Amino acid sequence: MIGLSHYLIVAAILFTIGVLGIFVNRKNIIVILMSIELILLAVNINLVSFSVYLHDVVGQIFAMFVLTVAAAEAAVGLAILVTFFRNRGDIAVDDASVMKG
Amino acid sequence: MPLQAIAFYLMAFTTLAAGLLVVSAKNPVHSVLFLITAFFSAAGLFVLLGAEFLAMLLIVVYVGAVAVLFLFVVMMLDIDFEALRDGFAQYLPIGGLVAGVLTLEMIFVAATVATNGAAGKNASPMASPEGISNTEAIGRVLYTDYIFFFQLAGLVLLVAMIGAIVLTLRHKPGVKRQDISRQVARSPKTGMELVQIKPGEGISE
Repeated sequence: MIGLSHYLIVAAILFTIGVLGIFVNRKNIIVILMSIELILLAVNINLVSFSVYLHDVVGQIFAMFVLTVAAAEAAVGLAILVTFFRNRGDIAVDDASVMKG
Repeated sequence: MPLQAIAFYLMAFTTLAAGLLVVSAKNPVHSVLFLITAFFSAAGLFVLLGAEFLAMLLIVVYVGAVAVLFLFVVMMLDIDFEALRDGFAQYLPIGGLVAGVLTLEMIFVAATVATNGAAGKNASPMASPEGISNTEAIGRVLYTDYIFFFQLAGLVLLVAMIGAIVLTLRHKPGVKRQDISRQVARSPKTGMELVQIKPGEGISE
């Protein structure tokens, strides 16, 4: 029988895959952004599974808000990335301190 | 093994394998495609839980908008991706260690919470109250108790949209554009010039 713990364990492993992605792809900011999306997906799985097993629909509402923020974050992050690429010619994160005002 | 368990293990394995391939693929285009796979199978997990509205939202928003945006940017920027990978093997041991420890801790916490926590008492999953669909249950709560949060979420999206446009908009110099007010304001005085030409000399610019 599939219970709450199964979903929580899947979410936990997905979360750490996202953290691992940030660790090993230190230079590639596109993969770092994708890893953040994976982490937020893991959070959503947690929220939805708790919502379903607590018989409370509010968790799904919060998952929707997380989805909204993730979409906004991806849009702004990629816009910054495109601007950075236009100015520098590459996307090496090591040089990102040139963005400071 | 019941059908539900087979479906769960299939989709959980697909999600995790696709997630692992997102962070380890050599080509970022492949990473984006694996990200889409992970989102699809996570949507399958949501359907299995009964949260069908969020599953469809995940496919529409993540696969339809976010992943396509990623794909667009990855293909548009001309980047040497091999050079961005040279720290990969160097950070893999410490990253793997941290990830392993984190996974074990979170699995212990999750197992404890699932058996002893408040949700442990309810053994049966229920995505919405009896008699109404999942979408209706979400709508009834979202448009009453959480209406201000809902509007704030819309505001967040508006700000993100304006921010993305402001960041990427640029005016190229030297592009000829139609300016209707200037066209209408032109009069014969400003539009042409009468030049007296001496015979046999012609005109020079």
